[in-house]
Amino acid sequence: MATIIEPTLARSPSSGAQPLLSIRNVAKSFGKNPVLRDISLQIAEGEFLTILGESGSGKTTLLRIIAGFESATSGEIWMEDERLDILPPYRRRVNTVFQHYALFPHLTVEENVGYGLRVAKLPREEVTSRVEQALAMVKMTTYAKSKPAKISGGQQQRIALARALVNRPRLLLLDEPLSALDANLRRQMQVELKSLQREVGISFVFVTHDQEEAMVMSDRIALLRRGELEQIASPREIYGKPATAYTAQFIGHTNLLQGEVKGGVVRCHSLDWPVGLPDGPVLFSLRPENLRVVNLAVGSAGVNVIRFRGRVCHQAFHGSTDLLQVECEDGLKLSIRTATRENWHGELELEFSPEDAVAVRKSEERV
Amino acid sequence: MFSRAYRAAISVPPLVWVAVFLLVPYALLFCYSFWSVSPNQTIVHSWTLDNYRDLFQVNVYLQTLFRSMWIAARVMVFSLLLGYPLAYYLSFHAGARKELFYQLVIIPLWVSYLVRAYAWKTILGSDGVLNTLLQYVQLTQHPLDFLLYSPFAVVLTLTHIYTPFAFLPIYASLEHIPRNLVEASHDLGASPFQTFWRVIFPLSIPGVLAGATFAFVLSLGDFLAPLLLGGPSGIMISNIVVSLFGAAYNWPLGAAISLCMLLLVLALIYLSESLEKKWSFR
Repeated sequence: MATIIEPTLARSPSSGAQPLLSIRNVAKSFGKNPVLRDISLQIAEGEFLTILGESGSGKTTLLRIIAGFESATSGEIWMEDERLDILPPYRRRVNTVFQHYALFPHLTVEENVGYGLRVAKLPREEVTSRVEQALAMVKMTTYAKSKPAKISGGQQQRIALARALVNRPRLLLLDEPLSALDANLRRQMQVELKSLQREVGISFVFVTHDQEEAMVMSDRIALLRRGELEQIASPREIYGKPATAYTAQFIGHTNLLQGEVKGGVVRCHSLDWPVGLPDGPVLFSLRPENLRVVNLAVGSAGVNVIRFRGRVCHQAFHGSTDLLQVECEDGLKLSIRTATRENWHGELELEFSPEDAVAVRKSEERV
Repeated sequence: MFSRAYRAAISVPPLVWVAVFLLVPYALLFCYSFWSVSPNQTIVHSWTLDNYRDLFQVNVYLQTLFRSMWIAARVMVFSLLLGYPLAYYLSFHAGARKELFYQLVIIPLWVSYLVRAYAWKTILGSDGVLNTLLQYVQLTQHPLDFLLYSPFAVVLTLTHIYTPFAFLPIYASLEHIPRNLVEASHDLGASPFQTFWRVIFPLSIPGVLAGATFAFVLSLGDFLAPLLLGGPSGIMISNIVVSLFGAAYNWPLGAAISLCMLLLVLALIYLSESLEKKWSFR
């Protein structure tokens, strides 16, 4: 595969020192309706950042502000030492892959890809060779002369990607680019997109509502909730150490346990375990896969575990795992993920390690 | 899905309509164009090509036809020059006032054509509004007589009347351009000017062709504007047809000219439609 960007540009020695893009206290309202509130985040050179959120969380608006299609009500956006938010979109070294690709229907694939280079008035030979490279990169060389209406959704997606990357942007914005593809193609494109990003070394800002997609592809995930940044962290961290109840529930599946800390010990229903938290009410997230059914023959997984009993109410088949709903005597209801293929029923002996119960902030209701 | 009887029943009214008001008149027109008039003013029902020979040999007919086409061409160009920027502004930059402006363009269409043509007569006449104003501000000493009863008056009036017809299809085609294409163009570094010429204009060509066809075809066959404002130098082909069917009592020649006009217009519509197809991508 041909590389499309010079290595010097891709990985400048300054990477890490100064962020490529910094979004500083950006807010946006449409009329009286606030869409984004005080968003600050930084994107490093070569980073794959995903902006994740439900519909209406403001994720697309944030992307459009970076691209320049919307202007922020307040706040600033800087690309290294250049203030970006005061420039029109056509002066920003940022390119976008649109949700529905937005290929020009009157131009061929080749002309679509070369569009940015031709409006920049580059010499014809350079346009031709760079378009060829870009088409080779997305494996679409044979379709060079086709019109967009004649190629499939997945192919249009590749052309949209080539059309953006051929301009060697500092930053590539992707607005739910995979949402129109069917599940199989989607998974395939996730892998391709990620390896392409590593290859070209350009920073990607990827917008999606699909948490699984976000986990597979990203270096970091920025979770938006109703216009505010809920948490920004690596996929492993955001999954393993969710900061809020909302994060824990939105990313993956979780059990939320309400407890009360008193003198270094938390009491949650009839269970208790030692914690290093100040006294007061506390909320824990406990992932279903961190709960185990104790197999008496094998014994428990560790010494420092909390054991309790619960009755199976429901068992659902999820392919590689089963999800059990259990209810304890004190009324506590929990979901448990188990890999064993057994039909569970009646009372079970259950356990979890206290370190897997992560204290999370309550997500306050916002209107 | 629907019964045969139902389908037959609903297709009868349009078929009758087409037969009575289109097929029969055109067939009559076709027949008349090959008949002739006897010296004692009766129609001779025997086939002849004399009418078509006259049409191509008597200078005044061809001259008038070419003048009509030249007037129609100018009306077409001016209607597009006025209609396109208007449609572009409305579609892309009018914002909340879009609906209002759109209505302002449409409302004149409710006003009788005749009234609008007469209005131009009172504006352009030798003691009309415009000449009075020009003399009042001392720009001219005498009334300008080329304003009324000239091809100029005809072109001006027809442009005024047919600009909405050019505007509407252009506006519709601009409204159909997905706005994310405009954003994509800006995103790829194209200035608004480049975006217009590389994306917006090419995608609006079907509308421009439709608008051009409307303006040209409608003005080509117009006879009221030249009658009221054209004077001897502004006579158009339809005025000749009217007089042949009226005072001159030469229906066969009138029919031959009409049929030629009809063929010309059909050819133009066919050409414009095939071009439109070439320029639409959905």
